[in-house]
Amino acid sequence: MAHTEQDILAGLADIVSEETGVDASEVTADKTFTDDLDVDSLSMMTIAVTAEEKFGAKIPDEEVKNLKTVGDAVNYIKANQAA
Amino acid sequence: MTSPRPTVVVTGLGATTPLGGTAEETWQAALAGRSGAGPLDASWVEDYQLPVTFAAQLATPVTEVLKKVETKRLDPFAQYALVAAREAWANAGAPEVEPERLASSVGTGIGGVQTLLTAWESLRTKGARRVYPLSIPMLMPNSAAGTVSLEFGARAGAHTLVSACSSGAESIAYGLHLIREGLADVVIAGGSEASIHPLPIAGFTQMQALSTRNDSPETASRPYDTDRDGFLLGEGGAILVLESEEHAKARGANIIATLAGAGVSADSHHIAAPEPEGAGAARAMVDAVRDAGATAKDLSHINAHATSTPVGDVAEVAAVRRAFGADADHMAISGTKSMTGHLLGAAGALEAVFAAQSVRDRKAPPTINIENLDPAVDLDIVRDTPRDLPEGDLLVLDNSFGFGGHNVALAFGSY
Repeated sequence: MAHTEQDILAGLADIVSEETGVDASEVTADKTFTDDLDVDSLSMMTIAVTAEEKFGAKIPDEEVKNLKTVGDAVNYIKANQAA
Repeated sequence: MTSPRPTVVVTGLGATTPLGGTAEETWQAALAGRSGAGPLDASWVEDYQLPVTFAAQLATPVTEVLKKVETKRLDPFAQYALVAAREAWANAGAPEVEPERLASSVGTGIGGVQTLLTAWESLRTKGARRVYPLSIPMLMPNSAAGTVSLEFGARAGAHTLVSACSSGAESIAYGLHLIREGLADVVIAGGSEASIHPLPIAGFTQMQALSTRNDSPETASRPYDTDRDGFLLGEGGAILVLESEEHAKARGANIIATLAGAGVSADSHHIAAPEPEGAGAARAMVDAVRDAGATAKDLSHINAHATSTPVGDVAEVAAVRRAFGADADHMAISGTKSMTGHLLGAAGALEAVFAAQSVRDRKAPPTINIENLDPAVDLDIVRDTPRDLPEGDLLVLDNSFGFGGHNVALAFGSY
């Protein structure tokens, strides 16, 4: 059962909120992790690993740094989730 | 006697302990003779067959005072330091000080042991990729000092002295030296510990260090009692804001007490047992009083280390006698671990908070649970209810000793 874009965004918003303390409603597709959400590289690793587990999508370390916005992450997870 | 070095004063106190969520709640509970002991989480006790089923846990859980993200990204020992430091800083009136003249000095006995063990569990059960990326900065023993430095913009240095159960007191002694040496105007100093976990409990139990009075946790810690059988494990954080007198006066700060002197020594006798003659401990006490420019006659109260172990309590009594001879007769001795339990690396800092409060309120807190005073204890122990301290300028001592042979004494005086 593949996750929809909306599911992934909502799930990711929860993960980011849990890790950084920002309100989940602030975590929208257009926000950048570094500048808008104040996510440092350590937090980004945590978010990626937690998302992997939640959505069954492998996010290799070298891919993590290419995910600039929340939307990038949603799209990556959607395209790479386990069928 | 005038001296060219700066006088160091205490302008802020903060603590989160088994007796209360603040330094003041803790002090009032101590004056009332309350115990912070209670039963441990039952599932632990069953899972690991712990021989000791009680401890002294925080009175106010940190989840009530910290943001969720703070509790996620900091080990409990750093959380306790942060809670206590915020209180102490506010209590000091949030001093305006150049970042380059502000230091932190926060000790711990073990550091982030809970994070270490959680990370190990993640590795064993889920693999390397599931180890929390902040595990290392969370578990390192300097994370409390670093966290406090980050919180208040302390850039003169962030220091972590690790000397087991004297870490908190030694960190305060270090803060005193930083100010005297002119390296800082303000130091946020103290200790924190969060070792109420099955592994430390099992380890201490194997050393036969803990009381096993499972049927009566509140009376388990009984310093100087004939039937004492070990310490009560506690947790918490305690912080003092230390400041040069000049800096404190210039900003019109409320001065609680002076940190008049410190004495530090090492036994070089055994890794865990105190030297029974108490020579090293006596030297630390004498040095602290001398460093304060005082004599034994000026000393009216000692907040003793008094952990409720069979050997330790009488070794300290011997050391007090050795240090002060007949003058020890007029000193009111308190064993506050009878109420708080033993906060390990935070113990010396909490007892320093008590010592400063004793100076401020002119009261020695009680020692509870003494049913039969050990005949080997020939000192004036303050039992059951607080004691008023004499008129005039006060000098009180906070003793802390630690595994490794560490001895630290801090002298606080009236301002």
